[in-house]
Amino acid sequence: MYSTKYVKPNSTPEALEAIKSLSEGKFLAGGMTLIPTLKQRLASPDGLVDISGCNLDTIADEGETIKIGAMSRHVSVAESPVVKKAIPTLASLAEGIGDRQVRNRGTLGGSVANNDPSACYPSAVLALKATVHTNSRSIAADDFFTGMFETALEEDEIIESISFSKPTKANYVKFPNPASRYAMVGVFVAKFGEGVRVAVTGAGEGGVFRHKEMETALSSNYSSDSLSSLNIASDGLISDLHASAEYRANLIKEMTKRAVV
Amino acid sequence: MSEGIGASVTRKEDKKFLTGKGRYTDDINRPGQTHAYFVRSDVAHANIKSIDTKAASSADGVVAVYTGEDVVADGIGGPICGWVVPCRDGSATKEPPHPILANGKVRYVGDHVAVVIAETLAQAKSAAELVEVEYEELPAVVDLEKASSATEIHKEVPDNCYFDWELGDEASTDKALKSASRVVKLTVRNNRLVPNAMEPRAALAEYDDISESYTLHTTSQNPQLTRLVIAAFMFQIPESKLRVVAPDVGGGFGSKIYVYAEEAVCTWASKKINRPIKWTADRTQAFLSDAHGRDHINNVQLALDDNNKIVGLRVDTICNLGSYLSAFAVSVPTYLHGTLLSGVYDIPAIYTNVKGMATTTAPVDAYRGAGRPEATYLLERTMDAAAREIGMDPTEFRRLNFIPKDAFPYQTQVALQYDTGDYEPQLDKAMEMIDYKNFETRRSEAAKRGMYRGIGVSTYIEACGIAPSAVAGALGSRVGLYESASVRVDPTGTITVFTGAHSHGQGHATTFAQIVSEKLGVPLANVDLIHGDSEKNSFGMGTYGSRSLAVGGAALVKALDKVIEKSKKIAAHLMEASVEDVEFKEGKFAVAGTDKEKAFGEIALAAYVPHNYPHETLEPGLEESAFYDPLNFTYPSGAHIAEVEVDPATGVVKVVDWAACDDFGNLINPMIVEGQVHGGIAQGIGQALLEDAHYDENGQLLTASYMDYCMPRADDLPSFKVGYTNTPCTHNDLGVKGCGEAGAIASPPAIINAIIDALSPLGVTDMSMPATPQKVWKAIQDSQSIAAE
Repeated sequence: MYSTKYVKPNSTPEALEAIKSLSEGKFLAGGMTLIPTLKQRLASPDGLVDISGCNLDTIADEGETIKIGAMSRHVSVAESPVVKKAIPTLASLAEGIGDRQVRNRGTLGGSVANNDPSACYPSAVLALKATVHTNSRSIAADDFFTGMFETALEEDEIIESISFSKPTKANYVKFPNPASRYAMVGVFVAKFGEGVRVAVTGAGEGGVFRHKEMETALSSNYSSDSLSSLNIASDGLISDLHASAEYRANLIKEMTKRAVV
Repeated sequence: MSEGIGASVTRKEDKKFLTGKGRYTDDINRPGQTHAYFVRSDVAHANIKSIDTKAASSADGVVAVYTGEDVVADGIGGPICGWVVPCRDGSATKEPPHPILANGKVRYVGDHVAVVIAETLAQAKSAAELVEVEYEELPAVVDLEKASSATEIHKEVPDNCYFDWELGDEASTDKALKSASRVVKLTVRNNRLVPNAMEPRAALAEYDDISESYTLHTTSQNPQLTRLVIAAFMFQIPESKLRVVAPDVGGGFGSKIYVYAEEAVCTWASKKINRPIKWTADRTQAFLSDAHGRDHINNVQLALDDNNKIVGLRVDTICNLGSYLSAFAVSVPTYLHGTLLSGVYDIPAIYTNVKGMATTTAPVDAYRGAGRPEATYLLERTMDAAAREIGMDPTEFRRLNFIPKDAFPYQTQVALQYDTGDYEPQLDKAMEMIDYKNFETRRSEAAKRGMYRGIGVSTYIEACGIAPSAVAGALGSRVGLYESASVRVDPTGTITVFTGAHSHGQGHATTFAQIVSEKLGVPLANVDLIHGDSEKNSFGMGTYGSRSLAVGGAALVKALDKVIEKSKKIAAHLMEASVEDVEFKEGKFAVAGTDKEKAFGEIALAAYVPHNYPHETLEPGLEESAFYDPLNFTYPSGAHIAEVEVDPATGVVKVVDWAACDDFGNLINPMIVEGQVHGGIAQGIGQALLEDAHYDENGQLLTASYMDYCMPRADDLPSFKVGYTNTPCTHNDLGVKGCGEAGAIASPPAIINAIIDALSPLGVTDMSMPATPQKVWKAIQDSQSIAAE
C-alpha cells in the first residue's frame, strides 16, 4: 500500500472534522474492503479516519425496532441476545458472513455504506424496512441503496446506526459463490402485518433490490407453493464466470422457496 | 512399540511446523538485503517497442533497474527444457528461447519485463509503477483448438506446435477400431489448474565477492538441479560457485520443480549490485506466473469385441503448454501420459498422438500426478461410457478387462512393463468398503428427499519413480533419475542421513528415520535428516513423481547395507570371530552360537576411537554413501469409488462418501500414507468440482485470486474410507511403490462418473470438469428440454 495518514477520533463530530482536513480522506470502519484495496494499491487516500473509537457500537431494543450501532462487528450482531431474540435471522445472517477473521473485524455500517452487490447485510436493511441514521439525517432503506456500490450517502456523511423493524417472521438464505463465498444469490424474506418484503442480494446489476412479484405472491399466501408458478425474469441480473443471469434467476426462486418455511 | 517400517509414528517435523517455527525462504534475512519487484506484462501478446526506466531508476530507495537488454549484455541464458521428444515427421521438439527478462516480446500476462531492486519492497513497488513500457499489441492465442492457425508466438515454433508426437502401433490400432463390433467415442477436457502451494515462490540471492560465489535460498523441490541449470546452462559459471539451498518449503505439487526466471534474475543481479536480494511472490504473481497444470483435450476411441473385451484404444490429444516450454512440460503429456494409456487393462492395440501447443498463457508443466491424471481421467471416463453403452455394470466391465493376476510382469502396448499388481482384490475391497451392492437402496432413499444420488468408479494405475536413467535418457530425458543417500554415524551411534530427495510436506524426516531405525535398530530420536542444501548433500534429483521413497529410500537402504557390512567387520575384529559368523539383529552384532555380542553404539565408538581396530584391512570411521538407479518404474494402483448427491434445483454436487483401496506396496508409515491419500483426493475433488484456471479471449487470467479460483475446503470433502492391498514392488529393496499422487490421479473420474450416474435418469450423459453448480444445473435443464421436445 501507499503510505497514508491515520487518525482515530473519539466522536462523530471529531471524525467529520478530521475528514474535512483531508483532500481525499476515507472513513475506516472494519476495513474489510478498504484495506485489501489499499494493499493492492487500487486506492491512495491521503488519510484514513478510523471511526472505531466513536462509540457507534451499541445494540438496543427500541420496541418496534432494534437499533444497531454502525460499528457493531458482525460477531457482536451474531452473538447479541437482543438481536437473537427480536430478529434471530439477522443474527444468523451476521454469523454467516465471511470467516471468523472477517466477522471479528467487519462492521454493519461498513458493509451497508459500501453496498457491495454480493454483501449480505444490504438485503436485511431493505427487507426489514430499516432506517439508516447518519450524522445529519435518517434515510429509509428504500431510498438508501441507489446502485451497485452506490448509496444515498453524501460526501463525508457517516452512518451512526441502523434501526431494523421487527418482522413477525423472517428468513435469509444465501447461495454462496463457491470460491469467494460471498452471496451469489441471497434472499431475505420478512413478513410484516401489512405484507411481505423480499430483498435479493448478489444478483442484481444495480445491487440489492426488492422483488415485487414475489412480495405480492407471498403477501397473499406465505408459502413456497405460491412461488411455484412464478417465472423469475433474468433481465437486469448479473451474468459472470460463476453464474449466468438465468442461473441466478433460478437461484432467486429456489432460495426464496427455502426461505419461506 | 516399533518405530521402524510399518509403524504409524507421529511426524518428527510436526513440532516445528505446528508451532510456527518453520524456516522458509522468506523468513531468512541478510544484512544489507534489498528487495526485488518485477514489472510484469499486463497484455498477453505484444512486441515491446520501448522500456523507459529513467524515472524508476531515480525513485526513492531504488538500487537498480534491469531489463532484458542487461540480461543479453551479460550473456545470461534462460531456463532449459529437461526433456524433449522427437516429432512424427522426424523433427525435434521446438525449443524457443525463454529469456529471464523479456527480450523484445511478451507472451503472457505476467511475463517478466523488468526488475526493480530497492531498499524496501514498498519502494521497489512504487518505482515499478514508474517503468514505462510501450507495447505493440498482437492477438492473444488462448483457444487451444485454434492455436495452430493463430498468430505465431515464437518464430522458432511453426503453427504454434512445440511437438507432434506419437506412441504405439497406429496401423494395428486402426485395424482393431475398424473390425471392432463397437467403438465407444468420447472427447474430454482436462481442465487447467493453478498449483496454489501454500507458500508462494521466493528467492534470497547473495554474492560473496571474496570467494566469488553465489548463494541462493529458494523454494525448490530439487535444489541440486536448480544449481546445475543456473550455473552450467544459464550463467556458465563453475557449478561449485553456486550454492542452492531449499530450506523449509511449504508445498510444491510440481510447481517448484522448475527453475523460474525470478530466482535466476535475483541471483544474477546480486552480483551486479553486490548486495543480497530478496523476492517473494504475492498470491497474484503466483496465479499469473507459477507453471499451471493439466489443460488437455483428448479424443478417445475404445474398440470392443462381441464379448465386450477391449481390442484397441486410440487417443488423439492436444495439450496447452503455454507461452514457453517449462522444464518438464514436454514429458508430462508424452512419456508420463501416453505410456499410461493401458491403465489396469489388457489392451492388445494402443496408439496415441499428442500435439503440444503454444498459447499466450502461463507455461504449463507437471502438477500432482503430471500426465497420469490426464491418462486416468480419459480412460476411466471412457470405461464408464462404454459400460453404459453396453448396459453392463461398470465394475463388471472393468473386471472383464483387467490384466489378470498371472500375467505379470505385463508388457503394455505403450512401452511400460508392469512388474506386479493384482487388480480384482482392490476393487472388491473398495466395493465392500462403500457397500456397493446396496447402492440402489441409497439411491431410492435419496430420491425420496428429491436428491439424485450416483456412484462412480475409477480403477487406476500410475507409474512412480521415473526410471531407469538409461531408459529415460533414450526417451528424451536430459537428466538422470537416480537418487543419492549418505549415512553418517557419529562416535556415539547417533546418525545423520543426507538425501538428495527434498521434503516439502512429505514427512521424510520421519519416514527416512524409520528406515534407519528398522535397519540399524536405533531409536527414531537418534536419527536426523539433512536435505535441500547443495553444499551438504550429494547430487540428487529432488522430489516429484512420488519418487522419494521408491528411489531415495532405496538408495538409503543401500548406504545402510554398507554401514552394516563395515560394522560387521569391526564387530568381528572386536569379538575375535570371523565376519561370516557375525549376525546383526535388532541393533546388536552377535557371534553365531556364542553369547558374545556388541551393541551398534560400541561398534560406532570403535570406528572413531580405533585403538583396537583392524587398521590393516579397514579404514576408521563409519560413513557410507550410495547412489541408486532403479530398474523400472513402480506401479501403484487402486480402486476409488465416489458417491455423490446432486441437488437438481441448484446443481450443487455433494460428495457424500468415498472408498479408496490402494496398492502402494509396503508402507513405511501408514499414517503419513493415509494423509497423502486424503490430500490427493482433496486435490482431485478440487479439480473435478471446483478449480478452473480461466483466461478470457484477450489472454487475461480471470481467475487470478481466491475470489474467483475455488480451492477445495474441508466442508467440500466427505470422510474418506481408506484401505490397502499389497503386492510389493519386485525391484527395490523396500518393496515400496509411492503414494503421493495416487489420490489426485484416481479421484476426478470417480466423481464425474458418479455425477453422470446420478443424472442418467434425467438423460445426462456427459459432464465436464469442474462440475460447478451452474454447469450441472444447466445440464439438467438442457436434458429436460430435449426430453420435452
